[in-house]
Amino acid sequence: MRKNVGQSKTRVDAFDKAAGRAKYTEDLCDRGALTTRLVHAAVAHGLVTAVDTAEAEQVPGVVRVFTCFDVPENCFPTAGHPWSTDPRHQDVCDRLLLSRHVRYYGDDVAVVVAEDDVAAARAAALVRVSYEELPFVLDVQEAMKPDAPQIHENFPGNVLAHTQIRTGDYEAASREPGLLKVEGWYDTPTVQHCHIENHICTAHMEGDRVTVTSSTQIPHIVRRICGQALGVPWGKIRVLKPYIGGGFGNKQDALYEPLCAWLTTQLGGRLVKIDCRREETFVNNRVRHAIRTHIISWVRPDGTFAARKIECFSNQGAYASHGHAVAAKGMGAFPQLYPCENVEGDAWTVFTNRPAAGAMRGYGIPQAMWASECHMDDVAKALGQDPVEYRRQVVMPKGYVDGFSKNENYYDTFRQVMDKGVEAIDYRRKREAYASQTGPVRRGVGMALFWYNTAVWPISLESSSCRMVLNQDGSVQVQTGETEIGQGCDTAYAQMAADVIGIPFEDVHVVSTQDTDVTPFGTGAYASRQTYVGGFAIEQTGSMLKKKILDCASEITRQTPANLDVIDGQIVRISDGRTLMSLGELAAEVLYSLEHSQHLTAESTYQIKNNAYSFGCTFAEVEVDIPMCRVKLLDIVNVHDCGRLINPALAEAQVHGGMSMGIGYGLSEQLLFDPKTGKPLNNNLLDYKLSTFMDHPNLRVFFVENPEPTSPFGTKALGEPPACSPAPAIRNAILNATGVSVNNAPMTPHVLFARFKEGGVL
Amino acid sequence: MYDLKALYEAQSVQDAVRLRLEHPQAQIIAGGTDVLVQMREGKRAGAELISIYGIDEMRGVSLDEQGAIRIGSLTSFSHITRDPIIQKYINVLGEAVDLVGGPQIRNAGTIGGNTCNGVTSADSASTLFAWDAVIELTGENGPRRVPIEEFYLAAGRVDLRPDEVQTAILIPRESYENCSGHYIKYAMRNAMDIATTGCSVNVVLSEDKRTIRRARIAYGVAGPVPLRARTAEKTAEGRPFTAETAEAFAAAVLEDIRPRDSWRASKAFREHIAVELAQRCLIEAGRRAGGVPA
Repeated sequence: MRKNVGQSKTRVDAFDKAAGRAKYTEDLCDRGALTTRLVHAAVAHGLVTAVDTAEAEQVPGVVRVFTCFDVPENCFPTAGHPWSTDPRHQDVCDRLLLSRHVRYYGDDVAVVVAEDDVAAARAAALVRVSYEELPFVLDVQEAMKPDAPQIHENFPGNVLAHTQIRTGDYEAASREPGLLKVEGWYDTPTVQHCHIENHICTAHMEGDRVTVTSSTQIPHIVRRICGQALGVPWGKIRVLKPYIGGGFGNKQDALYEPLCAWLTTQLGGRLVKIDCRREETFVNNRVRHAIRTHIISWVRPDGTFAARKIECFSNQGAYASHGHAVAAKGMGAFPQLYPCENVEGDAWTVFTNRPAAGAMRGYGIPQAMWASECHMDDVAKALGQDPVEYRRQVVMPKGYVDGFSKNENYYDTFRQVMDKGVEAIDYRRKREAYASQTGPVRRGVGMALFWYNTAVWPISLESSSCRMVLNQDGSVQVQTGETEIGQGCDTAYAQMAADVIGIPFEDVHVVSTQDTDVTPFGTGAYASRQTYVGGFAIEQTGSMLKKKILDCASEITRQTPANLDVIDGQIVRISDGRTLMSLGELAAEVLYSLEHSQHLTAESTYQIKNNAYSFGCTFAEVEVDIPMCRVKLLDIVNVHDCGRLINPALAEAQVHGGMSMGIGYGLSEQLLFDPKTGKPLNNNLLDYKLSTFMDHPNLRVFFVENPEPTSPFGTKALGEPPACSPAPAIRNAILNATGVSVNNAPMTPHVLFARFKEGGVL
Repeated sequence: MYDLKALYEAQSVQDAVRLRLEHPQAQIIAGGTDVLVQMREGKRAGAELISIYGIDEMRGVSLDEQGAIRIGSLTSFSHITRDPIIQKYINVLGEAVDLVGGPQIRNAGTIGGNTCNGVTSADSASTLFAWDAVIELTGENGPRRVPIEEFYLAAGRVDLRPDEVQTAILIPRESYENCSGHYIKYAMRNAMDIATTGCSVNVVLSEDKRTIRRARIAYGVAGPVPLRARTAEKTAEGRPFTAETAEAFAAAVLEDIRPRDSWRASKAFREHIAVELAQRCLIEAGRRAGGVPA
């Protein structure tokens, strides 16, 4: 029975967060902790020849200064991927704790440890670093040229990876007579997650073990990486993950935890803290891969595709991090979203001297949808067709099955979400009304679809573990390795557990903090998987606990277990509906029994071998002030099919956040670098133009609830999907308004100024 | 944690002058919305600060004996926006400072700090330039007054002598009488931003509201300090209030402005926007003055 799932329950952490009682890493850090300040490289590429720390060490309050010449030689990977025991599938190990070979402007060269922040800052400014400077490269295609600077010794030509799709015969199919060729280049920027809480971690030692407390999405993975970086058995590391102030993928990487863990080992196990400044979050954590995409479509007069080609150039930046997985996921959507028999695809992930790119909400799909959906409007325009009608004709049909993941499109989701979007934004009437505008200020409507899939099967491990413990009052603790990162999974889990066991929502205590010493193994929050994968483990473990409860109830009440149920925290005899005792009475009886005392718990791991499609779209309406080169977003609507909603209010809120991120991606956000030095120019929240409330219209959200058959709760991904389609929808609305196609995101006034001039409207 | 050596809190203007002389290396701090940001960036490591924030005599808006509007230098942006004298006589200033940062910044930030900072992008500055504001500076020998155009010496540098604090900003009566203005802040987002270019225009129309008697225009971020575009002003003076006049007026600003190329915006883009803003500001200022574009 589903009493709680599907209801807009108040978040389990709402009161503590609103009241400021919820504890984050910094709140948990003892005031006596040593603090740190990183010394960042002032060249984009070079070799450190010397680090002079003499003056810095004289600053009162400075404890030690460690340089790149002091750290151990253990190369380690940082990506928050499940480990693979197969060496061919392991992440690239290209990191040391501090860098002798500087690969981007701001790379970590040394670290000052001090009693307070002022001493640390003063000393860091006095550390003198000498370099042998090397030429650098920032652009992905420049980095692929034969004479480009070489960034990693093990990757000649700077190519981290190259993968291909070859279906049918592209060359032959493109020679079919009468085809229309539509070709475009589509660029996306380097952007950053901009979660509220900067990454922070602390470390101290007890005995010979290191405890790391971190603002991370992936505590169990961070434990493994700290062990690899320090060259110690993984069991020597304990990672605690308290509440965190957002992550969006940036914290799906080991960031400064390995360095912090090592520092405490050098300081007698004293508590030491690394607390990123916002400027560091932009440059020294992770960014989104800027991907340049080239698409050619050969289209028949009836609109069907004869052949299609895609090339993706993914800017990896200085270190491998999540690497090619991002571009590969993005390119993977291409042949599925609009199926075609003859497809040629190539994706390259290439090192450059930019900050390292890692995971970020959407994991390659926002980039892929920018290219795909801009291109689809270009194709529709070339055919003289309405973009919605055209997509209806060629988009993935119901019943489509992907050969690799075995994902099935069980419903006609794409057409359903488009129908909702068309109605919500009054698309047809507006399209007609805006058909022949002149004058400086014009309006337009546009849309974009997105393709997404939940979780990471069959690329890597997909499992979830859960433990439940029954208390004497009939309430239950629930622990999972899946992490609350602000998205609300603790609340969704409480709803699920309550329904599976048969107890009131209030009687479920989700243990929010993960502690790798005691929390069941889970790989953490990424791939929009928490609600989906957590659901399996909760269903399985809750059923196990319930069976134990009913067995005990049978023993005490002398009824057959098959005739007993737990309903609203009561032991109920099914045949006559009589309440025999409360679960609390039962739990106390069982625990304190002088005959047969039991501690009622259940624990299990569920391995998931599915990965559900999660599709949707964005519709946008804009007003373009052409002489001012400005776009005003008048209306924006996201429609999602994420299966059955576990908590509608939280789902809607999650979509709002993703839409906001998508709006910034389309219109304003971009990390800029000085072409002469490689130095980041705008790594702060003033100059990096995150969109504000004043830049948003009311964000409108609709759902199509097609229950996902593979999930016990009918649910699938919603965390990342909302950020995937707003940017191209806005672009297509601008195209509708002005007739000018803008292929570079973000579509800032600077970009529009140039494009409007080229397009002859300015 | 700020790298701060000492904080001296002035109790009165005289006290502030004394502290200035005693601690010549110290930095004045008012609302702190610029100074604290700079300190966090490490620009004033080991700074000594003289806080004038507690000097209430430097707060508020009034009309002096000559009829000039007197704005105490510590008046916050949000108080200026809501002040009845400002709303009656120079509403555009209230509108301009309402575009600074966000609500918290506008509650803490002061107009004195905004001008003493000496930056070209200050949202108050272009309007104060366009309304011929006068800066009052008080030192050992009492107050002195300088036109705002002379107060700004260079980017980030103002005519504030070692013994002085800025105590007030005045708008002379002949400047605001029968005058209506409009300000457009052009920025990359609608809040929490610094102007790419800011344009403030005000006009006095003839009695029949058909002719422009006087037009004044000033820009922020069109040069190293805020500046007036006097060629444009002369172009509009005495001309009918029409779209053609607005076009000629706007085209003429290119004679006076000196925007530069930077990673924030190209010169060509800034010039294009400056012209567009001048035209729109003149039309709106004239409309507010009761004019009807012919």
